[in-house]
Amino acid sequence: MTDLTKLTIAEAREGLKKKDYTSLELTDAFIGNIEAANKQLNAYVAVTADKARDMAKASDAKLAKGEGGALEGIPLGIKDLFATEGVHTQACSHILDGFKPAYESTVTSNLWADGAVMLGKLNMDEFAMGSSNETSYYGPVINPWRKKGSNQDLVPGGSSGGSAAAVAARMCMGATATDTGGSIRQPAAFTGTVGIKPTYGRCSRWGVVAFASSLDQAGPIAHTVRDSAILLKSMASVDAKDTTSVDVEVPDYEAAIGKSVKGLKIGIPAEYRMDGMPGDINNLWQKGIDWLKDAGAEIVDISMPHTKYALPAYYIVAPAEASSNLARYDGVRYGLRVPGKDIAEMYENTRAEGFGEEVKRRILIGTYVLSAGYYDAYYLKAQKVRTLIKRDFDLAWQNGVDAILTPATPSAAFGVADQDLHSDPVKMYLNDIFTVTVNMAGLPGISVPAGLSEDGLPLGLQLIGKPFEESTLFQVGHVIEDAAGSFEAEKWWG
Amino acid sequence: MTIVDVRTPDPKKFIKGATGDWEIVIGMEVHAQVSSEAKLFSGASTEFGKDPNDNVSLVDAAMPGMLPVINEECVRQAIRTGLGLKADINLKSVFDRKNYFYPDLPQGYQISQFKQPIVGEGKILLDMSDEQVEIGVERLHLEQDAGKSLHDQHPTMSFVDLNRSGVALMEIVSKPDIRSSDEAKAYLGKLRTILRYLGTCDGNMDQGSMRADVNVSVRRPGGEFGTRCEIKNVNSIRFVGQAIEYEARRQVAILEDGGEIDQETRLFDAVKGETRSMRSKEEAHDYRYFPDPDLLPLEFTQTYVDELAQDLPELPDDKKNRFINDYGLTAYDADILVVERASADFFEEVAKGRDAKLAANWVINELFGRLNKEGKDLSESPVSAAQLGAIVDLIKEGVISGKIAKDLFEIVWTEGGDPAKIVEDRGMKQVTDLGAIEAIVDEIIAANPEKVEQAKAKPGLLGWFVGQVMKQSQGKANPQAVSDMLKQKIGLE
Repeated sequence: MTDLTKLTIAEAREGLKKKDYTSLELTDAFIGNIEAANKQLNAYVAVTADKARDMAKASDAKLAKGEGGALEGIPLGIKDLFATEGVHTQACSHILDGFKPAYESTVTSNLWADGAVMLGKLNMDEFAMGSSNETSYYGPVINPWRKKGSNQDLVPGGSSGGSAAAVAARMCMGATATDTGGSIRQPAAFTGTVGIKPTYGRCSRWGVVAFASSLDQAGPIAHTVRDSAILLKSMASVDAKDTTSVDVEVPDYEAAIGKSVKGLKIGIPAEYRMDGMPGDINNLWQKGIDWLKDAGAEIVDISMPHTKYALPAYYIVAPAEASSNLARYDGVRYGLRVPGKDIAEMYENTRAEGFGEEVKRRILIGTYVLSAGYYDAYYLKAQKVRTLIKRDFDLAWQNGVDAILTPATPSAAFGVADQDLHSDPVKMYLNDIFTVTVNMAGLPGISVPAGLSEDGLPLGLQLIGKPFEESTLFQVGHVIEDAAGSFEAEKWWG
Repeated sequence: MTIVDVRTPDPKKFIKGATGDWEIVIGMEVHAQVSSEAKLFSGASTEFGKDPNDNVSLVDAAMPGMLPVINEECVRQAIRTGLGLKADINLKSVFDRKNYFYPDLPQGYQISQFKQPIVGEGKILLDMSDEQVEIGVERLHLEQDAGKSLHDQHPTMSFVDLNRSGVALMEIVSKPDIRSSDEAKAYLGKLRTILRYLGTCDGNMDQGSMRADVNVSVRRPGGEFGTRCEIKNVNSIRFVGQAIEYEARRQVAILEDGGEIDQETRLFDAVKGETRSMRSKEEAHDYRYFPDPDLLPLEFTQTYVDELAQDLPELPDDKKNRFINDYGLTAYDADILVVERASADFFEEVAKGRDAKLAANWVINELFGRLNKEGKDLSESPVSAAQLGAIVDLIKEGVISGKIAKDLFEIVWTEGGDPAKIVEDRGMKQVTDLGAIEAIVDEIIAANPEKVEQAKAKPGLLGWFVGQVMKQSQGKANPQAVSDMLKQKIGLE
């Protein structure tokens, strides 16, 4: 019998319908992989094997009757940021110790309504703050990929490092993830997987632990462009409980896959060509341009002059919102409480012990930029920059550009506990240089694996689209996927 | 922001200090709970008097991943209140987060409106005994209430009750236009009347539905504004007056001793009748206001506002003018009647088709006087508007005299029943039968020949004769008829 964990969601969907195998068999295969691999890769922080088997059995019953939803019987991993009823939901932070919500996030509710099976909760950077999945209270996730001839542990990227590694290492068919500044696309690029951050407002944020409310957006990580399209279709919805979600019909994203890109205008922004960018990133970008040109797309050079301000502005807006969003973790109602002689000391003890270094750093930055006397110089200015970044994109769309092609990251995956990056947080923040603009403008962006670095590590290309034009990203992304082929880490674990 | 002083210093309101006169300057921030079924951003109930934490949703408890959703009813009520205050309604406003830590503030921030409130400048007219005063309203904004810490439930721990957490409040900020404790009390009273008319706040200060932060400073009459102190959370109109009187004198004493006023937040101790320091300016929070990214700007159309304006009830100022113009009431009587919408409605029911001044007299003096004496609310009145109207009719038709009417009122108050029937059954009818009256008149004249002579010289003595006849008739004789007959018989005509 074939290894069921090698299937794509699209393939498994057919196999389940034809009763080639059951959801329980599929689910057991993934549970087997998780049990074998998780000690080494640390992608899951909670495995819900019993729940998974129960859900699989329920799916099998439906499938047996010829019923079932779009994801009936498909086993998925869920980022720990999503509230899952009665199940570990801690944003991989010490401060949410033992927290099991009495409610289910809208996105996961949508997935379960469509028949998906939950395998467990995936590791991530604490409160989604990080680019290497090393800020998790549960320890770093290890990237299934290694450099050619090396056994050095590499990071899977972050903050959705557990989601990306679990997909890449066949520990789930697909995973939910979230992206505030690149947290879906960067780990997807680092692990040879596909990750899409949809338009802000496409997925409900209700029940997703907040990092930066005006930037956070849920999306899937999967093996293929088609699988991402299938997952996003189920995840997306307008939600009365999230007034920033948008009432735009969710189209059949799969219908875009295979459509010709002939005549589409693809913009290449000059400002994304950074000094000191590794040669293989430049080469990859050129390859992408060539593939799309060969497929009949029109390549146009565009200018996005405010790009260089995006990262600094992001590191004002996101921490500002985070400093306020994380105020609720005070030891009073749930999670960790470290006692003190009075309420103020209890707050101090709880938050000092409960939050990790990176989270504390961002709370401090955010508190500072919102302080009296600094608000105008930092927060207000950053909001103005944000408007200018949006305008850069609007101009491109007005000039007929259908999508923008850029590298997803400025490098391939780096080593765990990299001294250079850890000694200078700003260097770590530079990982998001190509992705934050998209969050600042609220646009959809997809990262598609497009090749390998000289060291044999996966690299991704990013496509940026117009608001609610995710279909265009799937359409163009699939052309790149077709040309680049697929990438599988050589198994050294388990 | 520059503050424009719109008032002319009035010596009657000055505090006489050892070094000269001082003028009090007062501004008020009133927190009024919006009358709504559900909280401002969650579906939880706002019902008063439930057990601790009965009215708490996931949003109110600030569980991870929860999001606020604006309650449209609260927005509607805020707009209606703005219209009632003759204020500018802002078609676009923004919710901000006010960040601070407190156990009864689960989110770690209060959702409020800072830079762009839903309602802008308006005004409130005060009818003081000798003048009409206009007090400017700076703004009205919507915000969440906090929960409540309970410190008396456990020897070492405090408990938190989140029932109020997230309940919608309107913060109504006055301009510093108030110049005396009487004006401050009148302002709060008038504001409460307007809110109750609109049905946008029940105004129950004892239940915490309305509370005032009072900013007090003193200065030389007409001089530069002084440094102010803010007295927090005063929960009755009387206490507002007491707190201002105490605080103004405290400040005058400091200044006259050559001291300076520290800008600070103070508490009013109702038991001791004094204010005391809560926290100084240095300890003031940096609230780090910024627009709440979970909520889009609040926007509605002018058409929506216009529709609400059309459905607004008649407000106290308009009602008062109508009572004066249409019913011929005095300003004093009209003022008393319009304080509560229920009183005004009751009066109009009594006055309908009747002598309005007589009706007002009976509503205010007899009914309200009696209710006050017994500590009862109008809603508990044993005498209905229909019954009181019937009494007024009996007087007006000359069936009973004013004196008998008071007895009749007493019977209706204690026993109930149809006044006309009571008068009939108990023989309380005024005697207009001239024959019966004549018999008594003749008898009195015959018994008092000297007085008759005196009355001929001094017609003022006629009153004595009227009194005697009335007494003899047990108050049932028609005094006018008695008087006429006496004049004729004594020969005063």
